[in-house]
Amino acid sequence: QPQQRPWFLCRNEDLKEMLESNKESLKLEAMKRIVGLIAKGKNASELFPAVVKNVASKNIELKKLVYVYLVRYAEEQQDLALLSISTFQRALKDPNQLIRASALRVLSSIRVPIIVPIMMLAIKEAATDLSPYVRKTAAHAIQKLYSLDPDQKEHLIEVIEKLLKDKSTLVAGSVVMAFEEVCPDRIDLIHKNYRKLCNLLVDVEEWGQVVIIHMLTRYARTQFVSPWREDAVFDENSAKAFYDSEEERRVDQSKPYIMDPDHRLLLRNTKPLLQSRNTAVVMAVSQLYWHLAPKHELSIITKSLVRLLRSHREVQYIVLQNIATMSIQRKGMFEPFMKSFYVRSTDATHIKTLKLEILTNLANEANISTILREFQTYVKSQDKAFAAATIQAIGCCATNISEVTDTCLNGLVLLLSNRDETVVAESVVVIKKLLQTQPSQHSDIIKHMAKLFDNITVPMARASILWLMGEYCEHVPKIAPDVLRKMAKTFTDEEDIVKLQIVNLAAKLYLTNSKQTKLLTQYILNLGKYDQNYDIRDRTRFIRQLIVPNEKSGALSKYARRILMAPKPAPVLQSAFKDRDRFQLGTLSHTLNSQASGYLELSDWPAVAPDQSVRNVEVVEPVRLPCIYLVFKDNENSDDSNKSSSSQSEKSSSESDSEKKKTLKNKKPQQQKLDSKDSSPVFVPETSHELLHRMTGKGLSAQYRFTRQPCIYGNSMVSLQLTLSNSTDQALENIHISEKSSTGQNIHRFNAIERLEPQASVTVSMGVDFNDSTQAANFQLCTKEDEFSVSIQPAVGELLLPITMSEADFTKEQGKLVGMNESSATITMTPENVSSQSVNRKVVSVANLGVIPSGQENIYRFSGKTVSSGSLVLVSVVLKDPDAVITINTEKTVMGSMLLRQVKTALTNSGP
Amino acid sequence: MIHSLFLINASGDIFLEKHWKSVVSRSVCDYFFEALERATEPENVPPVIPTPHHYLINVLRHRIYFVAVIQSEVPPLFVIEFLHRVVDTFQDYFGVCTEAAIKDNVVVVYELLEEMLDNGFPLATESNILKELIKPPTILRTVVNTITGSTNVGEQLPTGQLSVVPWRRTGVKYTNNEAYFDVVEEIDAIIDKSGSTITAEIQGVIDACVKLTGMPDLTLSFMNPRLLDDVSFHPCVRFKRWEAERILSFIPPDGNFRLLSYHVSSQNLVAIPVYVKHNISFREGSSQGRFELTLGPKQTMGKAVESVLVSSQLPRGVLNANLNPSQGTYTFDPVTKLLSWDVGKINPQKLPSLKGSMSLQTGASKPDENPTINIQFKIQQLAISGLKVNRLDMYGEKYKPFKGIKYMTKAGKFQVRT
Repeated sequence: QPQQRPWFLCRNEDLKEMLESNKESLKLEAMKRIVGLIAKGKNASELFPAVVKNVASKNIELKKLVYVYLVRYAEEQQDLALLSISTFQRALKDPNQLIRASALRVLSSIRVPIIVPIMMLAIKEAATDLSPYVRKTAAHAIQKLYSLDPDQKEHLIEVIEKLLKDKSTLVAGSVVMAFEEVCPDRIDLIHKNYRKLCNLLVDVEEWGQVVIIHMLTRYARTQFVSPWREDAVFDENSAKAFYDSEEERRVDQSKPYIMDPDHRLLLRNTKPLLQSRNTAVVMAVSQLYWHLAPKHELSIITKSLVRLLRSHREVQYIVLQNIATMSIQRKGMFEPFMKSFYVRSTDATHIKTLKLEILTNLANEANISTILREFQTYVKSQDKAFAAATIQAIGCCATNISEVTDTCLNGLVLLLSNRDETVVAESVVVIKKLLQTQPSQHSDIIKHMAKLFDNITVPMARASILWLMGEYCEHVPKIAPDVLRKMAKTFTDEEDIVKLQIVNLAAKLYLTNSKQTKLLTQYILNLGKYDQNYDIRDRTRFIRQLIVPNEKSGALSKYARRILMAPKPAPVLQSAFKDRDRFQLGTLSHTLNSQASGYLELSDWPAVAPDQSVRNVEVVEPVRLPCIYLVFKDNENSDDSNKSSSSQSEKSSSESDSEKKKTLKNKKPQQQKLDSKDSSPVFVPETSHELLHRMTGKGLSAQYRFTRQPCIYGNSMVSLQLTLSNSTDQALENIHISEKSSTGQNIHRFNAIERLEPQASVTVSMGVDFNDSTQAANFQLCTKEDEFSVSIQPAVGELLLPITMSEADFTKEQGKLVGMNESSATITMTPENVSSQSVNRKVVSVANLGVIPSGQENIYRFSGKTVSSGSLVLVSVVLKDPDAVITINTEKTVMGSMLLRQVKTALTNSGP
Repeated sequence: MIHSLFLINASGDIFLEKHWKSVVSRSVCDYFFEALERATEPENVPPVIPTPHHYLINVLRHRIYFVAVIQSEVPPLFVIEFLHRVVDTFQDYFGVCTEAAIKDNVVVVYELLEEMLDNGFPLATESNILKELIKPPTILRTVVNTITGSTNVGEQLPTGQLSVVPWRRTGVKYTNNEAYFDVVEEIDAIIDKSGSTITAEIQGVIDACVKLTGMPDLTLSFMNPRLLDDVSFHPCVRFKRWEAERILSFIPPDGNFRLLSYHVSSQNLVAIPVYVKHNISFREGSSQGRFELTLGPKQTMGKAVESVLVSSQLPRGVLNANLNPSQGTYTFDPVTKLLSWDVGKINPQKLPSLKGSMSLQTGASKPDENPTINIQFKIQQLAISGLKVNRLDMYGEKYKPFKGIKYMTKAGKFQVRT
C-alpha cells in the first residue's frame, strides 16, 4: 500500500505541474505562491529543478521571482544552481546596462563556492564597465564574494583600489562600503581619493553618505594632528589639563596650531549634511564633528541633534544615548536646550530614563532649582519605574552639587511618607547613599526613618534602614536598641535580606551597647541559627563566633569591632554614560556599551602629522567619462537657462541604448581585427576526471574538471577546478603543488592548503598553459609527508574558448582557412540526432565553442579560439539527410583533426 | 549590513521573513520575544537587542514589529531609518501598513524588499524609482492582471536610478498641471498646573503634492525665512541657494513628498491657542473624586479651533467616571483607565466643559498623582509661527501650472499637567 503523502507535498506537486506548463500565467501564478511560501518561512526547496528552468524566461516578473527563489535556495542546492549560471553569464554581455547589472547582482548573490572564479572574473569586468550603475553593482558584489571566499581578498582589494578612483557618485558609497568590509586597514588606498570623496559627498545618495562619513572619521584620526590642544585652555572640563600641561602650553604658544587644509575640507563639506532628512546622516555628521572638530565648533551640531528628537521613538532612543554621552563632557552644548529633554507622560520608559540621565548631566548650580522642580513632577508619575529612576537622579544631583544636597535630602525624606512603596523604597536607598557621605549631621533623618520603619514593607528599603541604624548606631543610641527589639519580634516573618541586616544590626549593637542588647542579640542569633535559609544560618554562626568570646573563638574576636565597624567608603553615584565615548559615537558598540563584532577602533590623534603630500593628486589623469556625461556634453550648449543638475537629468533619461553602444564601441580598443566578441561558454560539463585515486594517494584523492571559463591567472591558461578530499581519519597538512613541473607547461598553482580535516574536501582553482597541445601536464601533488606524480590530459575541446561572430564574418573567415587548414568528414546521422537542439548540444559538450545563430536550417556553425595562441577554430555541420558533413577550419591542423574525430564520435553516437 | 528581516504582529507571530544573505533561523527572534515579554508596554521593547551571534534592531509601527537581524557593527540609526523607510514605502503602496495588507500583497512586498536592499545595503529607496520598477497595486490593475495575465513589474527599465535627479521619474505627463503645498505646524508644549507654559516649541513641515509635466524647476520663497531656526530638506533642495538667498530651489519628485521640515526655536515666544481650566481632586477617605474640565481658546488669531480631542490617563484607583459633557461625547475605559473626550469645535461663546464625579475603590487611599491631560486640535488656515510663503515660480517648462498653498496648525505633543 503506498504511503499517504503529507498535504503540503501534494500542494507542491501541483505547483510543479504549473511551473512545467506552457502557459506563462500559470507559471507566474505558481511562482507567486512559492514566494508566499518563502515569505512565511516554509520550505520550498524541493521545487528547485522546476523553478530553475524558468530562469531565462522572457516575462520580467516571472524572471524576478525566479531570481528571488534562486538566491534563497542556491546555497542548499548547489549542483542545480549551477544550471542557471550560464544564463547570467550571457546576460553579463548584454548591451543594456541594467540587464548587465541585474545579472551580476544575482550571479554574485548565489552563494555557491564553485563559481568563485566566475564571480571574480565578472566583478573584474564589471568594475571597468562604462556604466556607473554596473560598477556600483560590482562594488556590492565584492562584499558578497569576500564573504563567500575570503581567500580572494588580494584580488578584491585590487578591484576596490580601481573603483575607489571612480568619479561617479553612484559608485562612491558602495565601494567605500566594500572597503570597510574587506580591507578597512588599508588606509593607504584612501589618500589619493580623500579630497575627491570629500567633494563628492554632498551628491552621494544618503546611505552612501553615512558609510563614507564614518570611514573618513577614522581616516582623519590617523592623518591629522589634534585640533583640541590649543583650545584645551578654554575647555570647561579640562582644568586639570590646564595645570598638567604647563610645559605643553609653552610649546603650543611657540607654535600655534594650524589646521591641515584637508582636515578643514572634511569639516566644511560635511556641515551641510546636518540638514539632511535622513537621521542616520545627521548622526554621522554629528559624530564626525564630535571626534574631529575643534571644541568651539561643536555647538553647530546641537540644534540638529535636538531636531532629531522629534522623530520616531527608536530614533529618539539612539540620539538621546549619544547626547547623554556628549552631555557628560560638555554640558554647555545642550544646556540651552534643556527643556527639550523634559519628559512627557506619553514617552516610552527607556526614553524617559535617558532624558532623566541627560537632565542630571546638565544640572549645575544655576539651573538645579528648575530641574528639581521638574523632577518633583516626575516623582508623582504613574509610571513607578520612572518615578524610582527620578529619585536616583535626585540623588545624583545631590552628590554632584553640594549646594542642594540638603534640599534634596529633605525632599527625599518627604517622599518617605509617599503612599507608593517603590517610591519610598527607592528614597530610602538613595538617602542611605547620601547619608554615607556625611552621617554626623543627619541623625534626625535617621530618627525620622526609624519612625517610618513600621510602615515600610519593601524588603530592600527595610534592609537599608536597618543597615543605617547599625552603621550609625552611635548617633541614635536610644532608638537603635528599640528598633532591634521590634525586629526580634518579627524576625521570623521578614524577608531574607532583612533578616541578614537584623543579624548585622544586632552584632553592631552588641559591640557598642552590649548592656542593653546582649539578651536581644542572643535571642536573634538563636532564631537565626534555626532559620530555613542556609545563608542566614551561616551568617549567624559566623557572627556568633566573631562577637561572643568563648574558648573556641580565636584571635579574631579581638578585632570584631574593627571588622564590623570599619568606616566604609561612600558609594559613588555616577552616570552610566561616563566613559562611554571610548566607543565611536553613533555606532552599535556605543549603544550597547560593549564592543560589537566588526567594530573598528578609532585611533588616537598622531603626535606628528603624517606626510600630507600623499593626498596630492596629479592633475592630469586619463579620465574615462561615463557615457551619461558624454551625452550631456553634446547637449549642454543648446541648453540655456538651467546650468544646474536639472538639465542633466532630463538628458540622461533620453539616453538610448544605441547611443551607448556607439560610445562603447568607440572606446573599446580594437584588438581583434574582426568583429567577434568573447562570449561565455554555452555549456559547462559537470563531469570530473580523476587526478589521484585515494588508494594511490594514501587517502588523499583529487578530481579535476574544466570550468571552460577564461582563466583569471593568465590569458593563455586553461582554467581548472580541483577538488581535494581527505578520506583518511587524520588531517592532511600543507597540500600543494611542487614547484618543479616535469613537463614544460606553465602552471599556476593553487595556494597551499594548510590543513584538510578528515572526511573534508576543498575545491581550488588552478590554471595550466597547455600551449594548444593535448600533451598531458605532469606535476607533483604534495602533502606534508608525501609526493604524488599526477597528470592532467586535456581533451582537445577544452583547449578552446568560445567566441561569437556574425554569420557573414564566419563564412568570410572560413574562406580564408582552406586547403591544409580545412579538415572534413561525412557521417551518417541517426534520426534522433538530427534536431537542431541535439546537434548543438552534442558539439558544445565536446568542445568549448560558441554557437553562431544560423540563417539556414540545416547548417550549424560554431566558433572558438585556442586558449594559448588565440587561433580561430571554426566548425560547421551541414545536414544532408541522412548524411552530415563536418568541416573544421583552423590553422592548428593537428588540433583540427583531433577535434574532427571527437565531433564525429559525438554526433554518430546515439543517446544524450 | 542587514542580514534578514522579520515582521512580527502584536500577538507575537512571525508573519513574514526575508533574507538578503545566508538564511538566519527564525529562532533568533526568541530573544526578541523575551524582551517583549519583559516590556510592560509594546513601546517599551528596547530598539536594540544583543544576542550571542546577532544583534536585533527593531522598530514598532502600526502595531507591527519590523525586526532586522545584524551580524556586525553598523550605525544603529542607519538600520532604524531604513526600516522606517520600508514602512513608509508600504504605506505609500498599499494605503495602509497592516498585517492584512502585507499578507495580501506578499509578492509586491517581496519584490520591493528585493529592490530596496542588495546584500543588506540599501539600493533603491526613493519612492519614484521604486514605482518605476514595481507598480503599486490598484483594484483596477489587479482585475486587469487577473484577466490578461500581465504583471506588476514595470516593463521599462528604471532609468531614474541612473539619472542625476534620482528622486524624479522621467517622462511624467499630466493634462492638469498642479502643485500643492501644505504648511503644517505642530505645537509641542507642556503646560503646568497653574496654566503657565513650561516649554513650547513649533515643529513645521511643508508637504507637497506636485503633479507637473516634464522636468520643472521650482523656487519657493518665504516672507519671513528668518523664522526658520533649523531646517532639514528633501535631497532635491539645492542647499547652496538656501544658504545664500534663503530660497528653496528644487526639481520636485513626482507625487507626494516632504519638501522641508523646520523647527521654530523655543527661544521665541510661542502662542498657545487653547487653555484648560481643571479641577481634578480626590478626598481622603471618600470613594468619590471630582472632575471638572473647561476648554477655551487663547491666542488663535481669530481662527476657530477644531477637531479637539482630550485624553487623559486616570489613576489606577479610579473605578469609573460619571461625567457630563456640555458638548461632544466621552468614553472611559475602566480597564486601561483611559478617558477620552471628543469635543469637536470650540465655541468661544459657550465654552465646552466636562464635569462630574469619579468613583474610587472603597477603602483604598487617595491616589497621590494627578493625571496629565493630552490635547489634540487643529486650526485651519493658520501657521502659528507666522510663517508665510511669498511666491512659487516655475522654470524649465512652458505651461502654466495651478498652484495652491494651505496652512494648518495642529497640536503635537500638547500636555497639560494637573
